Amino acid sequence: MSLKLKAMTGLKKKLLLPDMSTTTTRNINNEIVEAFHQSKFDVAKEYRNKALAFFEKTGLPAVKQEEYRFTPIAKSLEKNFDWSVIQSKSAIESIEEFLIPNLDANILVFVNGKYSESHSTIISPESEVKIKTLNAAFKTDSEVFAPYFDKILNPESDPFAAMNSALWQDGLLIHVPANTHVSKPIFILHLNDAGNSQVISQTKILGILEKGSQLSVIEKFDSRGTHSVFHNFSEEWIVKEKSHLEYCKVQNDAGKSYQVANTIIHQSDNSLLNTFTLTLNGELVRNNLNIIIDGENCESHFYGLYLLNGNTLGDNHTVVDHKKPNSFSNEMYKGIMDGNSKGVFNGKIFVRPHAQKTNAFQSNRNILVSDSATVNTKPQLEIWADDVKCSHGCTSGQLDEEALFYLRSRGIAEPIAKAMLLYAFASEVLTPIKNETLKSYLDNLIAERLQKNF
Amino acid sequence: MLTIKNLHAKVGEKAILNGIDLKVNAGEVHAIMGPNGSGKSTLASVLAGREDFEVTNGEVDFLGKNLLELDPEDRAREGIFMAFQYPVEIPGVSTINFMKTALNQIREYRGQQALDAVSFLQLMKEKMKLVEINQSLLSRSLNEGFSGGEKKRNEIFQMAMLEPKLAILDETDSGLDIDALRIVANGVNKLRNKNNATIVVTHYQRLLDYIVPDYVHVLYNGKIVKSGSKELALELEAKGYDWIKKEVAVA
Ligand SMILES: Nc1ncnc2c1ncn2[C@@H]1O[C@H](COP(=O)(O)OP(=O)(O)O)[C@@H](O)[C@H]1O
Ligand SMILES: [Mg+2]
Repeated sequence: MSLKLKAMTGLKKKLLLPDMSTTTTRNINNEIVEAFHQSKFDVAKEYRNKALAFFEKTGLPAVKQEEYRFTPIAKSLEKNFDWSVIQSKSAIESIEEFLIPNLDANILVFVNGKYSESHSTIISPESEVKIKTLNAAFKTDSEVFAPYFDKILNPESDPFAAMNSALWQDGLLIHVPANTHVSKPIFILHLNDAGNSQVISQTKILGILEKGSQLSVIEKFDSRGTHSVFHNFSEEWIVKEKSHLEYCKVQNDAGKSYQVANTIIHQSDNSLLNTFTLTLNGELVRNNLNIIIDGENCESHFYGLYLLNGNTLGDNHTVVDHKKPNSFSNEMYKGIMDGNSKGVFNGKIFVRPHAQKTNAFQSNRNILVSDSATVNTKPQLEIWADDVKCSHGCTSGQLDEEALFYLRSRGIAEPIAKAMLLYAFASEVLTPIKNETLKSYLDNLIAERLQKNF
Repeated sequence: MLTIKNLHAKVGEKAILNGIDLKVNAGEVHAIMGPNGSGKSTLASVLAGREDFEVTNGEVDFLGKNLLELDPEDRAREGIFMAFQYPVEIPGVSTINFMKTALNQIREYRGQQALDAVSFLQLMKEKMKLVEINQSLLSRSLNEGFSGGEKKRNEIFQMAMLEPKLAILDETDSGLDIDALRIVANGVNKLRNKNNATIVVTHYQRLLDYIVPDYVHVLYNGKIVKSGSKELALELEAKGYDWIKKEVAVA
């Protein structure tokens, strides 16, 4: 279903900037601001003050705020977190169970928002990739990141981005020199341990792929413990000319975890991007994934899968912004909702006036396997160029009864037939993943979740 | 083997089967013919256990069991197989995996061990030959993008793999050219023996040149209005269905 869209001239929209006219009743916003003043930050004070000033103006998104309409995160934060609590230390000794078995990778670990040197192992030589904590990088490498830091991901684009820019505890600078292929992937584990008390983590990543470089990144989010976890995460990836970024995110938090992730990826000419986002668990997960295609002949594939159950709310807001001509983007997100879970998908495609010959495809398909699960899905296309090919499609429904009967009529028990169909539906999104170890790990996670045991 | 008595079924408020009586013994081939919309596929689907249809009256005995009480999967495990008139396309599930799962589910039900990979492959190769289907087709997503003929051959391949006691072929001949028809019929004939039975649903006599029936029944308005030997099929071919309709109207 491909259609050619006529020019929609004369449309002027405020892009990427959600309506910020928000307030919440309890002064959680004041508590957050107060927490800022109580914290001692070594570095980035100017950036922080600027972001805080913005946050003070806007606060957390209120219920009626369009961008967060289905995701009442401010309410959850109010109910479950006390911003004046001093966090206790994590009791986690071994991170073994959180790793991807047999993955030959650089391992970078954050525990409760702090970089853990003892759990991390960097195996790639510095000539291939420079990896530093943000706190360290601020003292030594400011000329590397100053052009991008808080600029690509504008703190004013989202209240959580603003909060993160004001309050980040630590993070990473990942810098790949020109014409360098980083041979081992970078595996980043974000671990939150709420075994002793609530945890609020705010971390930040800036990754820069210089011209002609190549990198694969896998980010995994885990948590444990019975107390609440709030992880506010921001990241910026700069993918310069002829570079290639493989990006995979696995959100498999246990327990009462609330997470907001703002990810922005900026592409220049002839760059290639593959992203995959798998959301399995947590109380609430909100992903803002923004792809800025600011170059010609770029290719971007972004895939996502959310397999939700219990009371999990999984919300993927994606934006692909075609700013230049002749690029291609392909988005495919799929969801399976069980129990009382809620899925939310919002996919924006912008094609700017100069971005002629853009090809942009989007699909979002959802299956509800229980009566009390829900999904809200919304594509938003805003196209100002006239010579483009765009298509989009959203579906949500139950399992295909015809297919189910076909399988059962050959002797396959109903639960197994269901699992087969769900697995077939879900595993399609793994197609673009190239690292076989990673792929089989993800495949197992999916099979396990869907109880595919045949 | 199969005894159907006074079977009535409806979908929504619409009555489709209006009292079917049919007895099929081991070793026999029955053809069910009749004009479009007379209820042939509905009968096949009710026997296979499709839940869209509600049985409002009558009984079906299959090898001493009340068939209507069984789930579709248990009917298959007891030995019923329906070749679909419109086989379903299932993206992401290959025929091979599908058959491996189905076969082992059936074996488990019968208290047999799961087939190991080697024996399964061997069995598959043997059955592939029977219906002249190649492995690349079977590795693809089930029926997805298959031609009409490929889908029908795949149905017969599945039948060959599962070796049912009672096979119900719903218009397996429709959409087949003469070569494909011969291949399909050949497959069916090779699978016939004195312990199994076949119900062939068709509205052309053409298929019955290849799969020769012991009995021919005419289904019209949800009832079997005429039964006879294979000559009845030839008569229908020559005269069409109008004379049957008239006979029914008179009676
Ligand atoms: N799911 C259904 N819903 C409504 N009507 C149906 C359904 N399935 C079959 N029918 C109707 O029942 C009648 C018999 O259909 P079918 O059994 O497919 O006939 P045949 O196979 O003999 O051509 C037709 O009038 C058809 O429209
Ligand atoms: Mg029919």
